[in-house]
Amino acid sequence: MTTLKTTPLHAAHQRAGAKLVDFAGWEMPLHYGSQMEEHKMVRAGAGMFDVSHMQVVDIHGPRAQAFLRYLLANDVAKLKTEGRALYSCMLNADGGVIDDLIIYWTGGTNYRAVVNAATAEGDIAHMQQVAKDFDVHVEPRPEFALIAIQGPQAVEKTLPLLPEDLRGAGDLKPFSAVWNDTWFVARTGYTGEDGFEVMLPAEQAEGFWEQLKTAGVNPIGLGARDTLRLEAGMNLYGTDMDDRTNPLTANLGWTIALKDAERDFIGRRAIEQWKAEGVPERMVGLVLEGRGVLRGGTRIETPVGDGVVTSGSFSPSLGVSIAFARIPAAVDAAELQADIRGRKLPVRVVKPVFVRNGEPQVELPKN
Amino acid sequence: MSEAPKDLKYTKSHEWVRSEADGSVTVGITDHAQELLGDLVFVEAPETGSSLEAGSACATVESVKAASDIYAPISGEVTEINEELADSPEKVNESPFEDGWLFKVKPSDAGELDALMDADAYAAHVEAES
Repeated sequence: MTTLKTTPLHAAHQRAGAKLVDFAGWEMPLHYGSQMEEHKMVRAGAGMFDVSHMQVVDIHGPRAQAFLRYLLANDVAKLKTEGRALYSCMLNADGGVIDDLIIYWTGGTNYRAVVNAATAEGDIAHMQQVAKDFDVHVEPRPEFALIAIQGPQAVEKTLPLLPEDLRGAGDLKPFSAVWNDTWFVARTGYTGEDGFEVMLPAEQAEGFWEQLKTAGVNPIGLGARDTLRLEAGMNLYGTDMDDRTNPLTANLGWTIALKDAERDFIGRRAIEQWKAEGVPERMVGLVLEGRGVLRGGTRIETPVGDGVVTSGSFSPSLGVSIAFARIPAAVDAAELQADIRGRKLPVRVVKPVFVRNGEPQVELPKN
Repeated sequence: MSEAPKDLKYTKSHEWVRSEADGSVTVGITDHAQELLGDLVFVEAPETGSSLEAGSACATVESVKAASDIYAPISGEVTEINEELADSPEKVNESPFEDGWLFKVKPSDAGELDALMDADAYAAHVEAES
């Protein structure tokens, strides 16, 4: 038996009666009672997520920018203001996705990345390998706890609880951060709502968590985190893409910066070849027109061959089932058929963004 | 530990059965089952008038997390389904043994009831599974 890793908030989750599950080797809260209620709290008020299993990695050294411009498919040269962040894929030489991450420019020759828990170890090994050709240090920072606070009331409830010198966080634009010697506060998230992601010393995490709770911010488990990100149209690594996925078939084309022809990055050649040949599949959003739930693996019938659901669930905000699916690129039909355990049900093809800032982004089926 | 009322009979697949005064039986899923499934979003009940064979899949409950088959605990004819679950499937989560019942059956062989577990046997079964 392997021992699961725990975060600095583990005791707080136990006290709150969380249902704890193994997530990528970490014992994490799935829910604290009802995933559905938690989902709705984030859309209507404010919720907080323990995401301390995610890994912070600092990158510094004279050639940090050159290193990251080679390591990542998006271009960190776009970061012109200190504290700005970028979403990027880290590709392998075949163009497959090693991980997706957020990278912040923290001034001068310093950057900070946040990577997924399941892939962290491999990511760091890969970064350190590539770093050998550059004069940079890749430094994992496991001493941080990470708390995401999300929802229309997240900012107002969180601001008074931040260290005084960081309350300027209220004026932060999306994808920007402020920090002091120990805390780091970013206006980012994984729910489609406004809010912060806060990195803080592990020993202060429980105190901050309890203060947030007193302020009316509800703890939210990984279950609701998954339905919130799906509604928001955000990919989940390992589910919607992995190291064998062509990112152009996972709705990630917008994150690959090819504009600067001089810039070589790992995977560039594969991407350019795919672009030249034409991509065989694309990722779309689906809304189920009927009673049932689309799940990962659900087969989608199209006039030109089968597609498959990568992420699917019941949408608590919309009251219907929604999904991401990878379908043949040639499909131009607006209605397809889902094979839900032998039953054929119609699905409507939509842009894969279902809810933003609490508002539906798709037309709902009339029942 | 989830509760399992003493006056009900249970299946290994986590359905419960209550014998009613008129000779029919009411069927639902246990508190343990709803807890495993999480928030229910759809209930596909069998059709009224259809005949069930003990042990065969006859209904589906679908939660945010997963779809799960319901197996007929007893053979017989479906006499009534819980219509309220169409709009309020969460009743199964909130009240699995009362408001969240699924359907009623007129048994063709009431003797089949004897093959089901009592509350203590079911509790031991749940214990052994976890």
